[in-house]
Amino acid sequence: MWKREEAPRPTGMTGTPASTSYESPVMPVASDPGRGVQKPMKDEFVTIGKSIIIKGELSGGEDLTIEGQVEGKVELRDHVLTVGPNGRLKAQIFAKSIVVLGQVTGNLTATEKVDIGQNGSVEGDVVAPRVAIADGAHFRGSIDMQRKEGASPVARVMGTAKHDGKAPLAVASAKDELAGV
Amino acid sequence: MSWPASETSEVVRSPALAKFLEAIGPRPTAELLDLGPGIGPNIAFFGERIRCKIHVEDLYADLERHVQRGTLDRFPQFLATRLPRPDQSIDAVLCWDLFDYLDADAATVLAGELIRLLKPAGALLVFFSTVASDERGYRRYIIEDEEHLRYRSYPGACPRQRVLENRDIVRLFDRLRVSDSILLKSQLREMVFRKPGGAGQREPRPAAVSVDRGITSRAWRGSPDRPATP
Repeated sequence: MWKREEAPRPTGMTGTPASTSYESPVMPVASDPGRGVQKPMKDEFVTIGKSIIIKGELSGGEDLTIEGQVEGKVELRDHVLTVGPNGRLKAQIFAKSIVVLGQVTGNLTATEKVDIGQNGSVEGDVVAPRVAIADGAHFRGSIDMQRKEGASPVARVMGTAKHDGKAPLAVASAKDELAGV
Repeated sequence: MSWPASETSEVVRSPALAKFLEAIGPRPTAELLDLGPGIGPNIAFFGERIRCKIHVEDLYADLERHVQRGTLDRFPQFLATRLPRPDQSIDAVLCWDLFDYLDADAATVLAGELIRLLKPAGALLVFFSTVASDERGYRRYIIEDEEHLRYRSYPGACPRQRVLENRDIVRLFDRLRVSDSILLKSQLREMVFRKPGGAGQREPRPAAVSVDRGITSRAWRGSPDRPATP
């Protein structure tokens, strides 16, 4: 299991920083850019480089970008996991938000959102209140956006939902609903 | 009707989509099977608005792969094991125009699988082209709202195989009943099938007439006991 509670230190994270199309608040150490040791600039943010292979359980308390390979389980319950374009995961993933730009095989559970980018690939079941799949993304599996409301689906579709008094009105936010996930 | 190889897009009214939504609407925990590619707006529509659990099984991608590998003759066998879900576990199926691309054997296998998967009173949405075309490529059907679809064509290696006659369609789905059949101006036939049985299922009504923008089409129904007539 790999836990990360402290600020990143120049050990262990030996992957080459990936050249990605999205902005990252981390930068390689100037004296040894090839090793890809990275330090957070402002917010806590860690990248697992593309040469890194992790087998086991990965959990932490900060946002994480994976450009390498991970097999097992990834847990970032209150943070964002980004699977970069080079990332290859065979894992169960639990996070606040999950952004997939690489390949994921396994089930994804997010308390806020799962976002599969244009060249992203997911084969597995997704549970999240919001799911976005870009044109060109590959997805195979099931998507459950979870329900806790009482209105009948057809009424919602037609915009005529009325509370019938039999089921409780939904008052909790998506985050509240999923607090126990 | 032409099927351009380059990507194009147009919004078209889909009366059958509204009927399909009505059919799956009253189910509190509907499970939807989408046989097309995972499309963001469709996922959002069914997940956030209809609150279905959505299963995406992109058979178009499988078909394309078989065409490119030259193994299309093995596609029926592939389809027989492609959807290993329990019997009567799905409330609704979005089949789109997949049957236009299948030969007779593959179509028979897939129809059998869909009938097996559907729960009693389950609904199936299928589109059939009524005009032959040898152009290659597929369409994405993107839900704009409850009555409109955006068609987006994209290139592919598989040509449309054949135009199915009404009687062929009814034979293919002989254990389902046709609840709606609408011929659009574009010569695309939209059909909603229902699986007999289930609580609250209405008795079959006499053959209905569906009209869409001046094109009239008869809806008919078949049953295992009494073959349907167009």
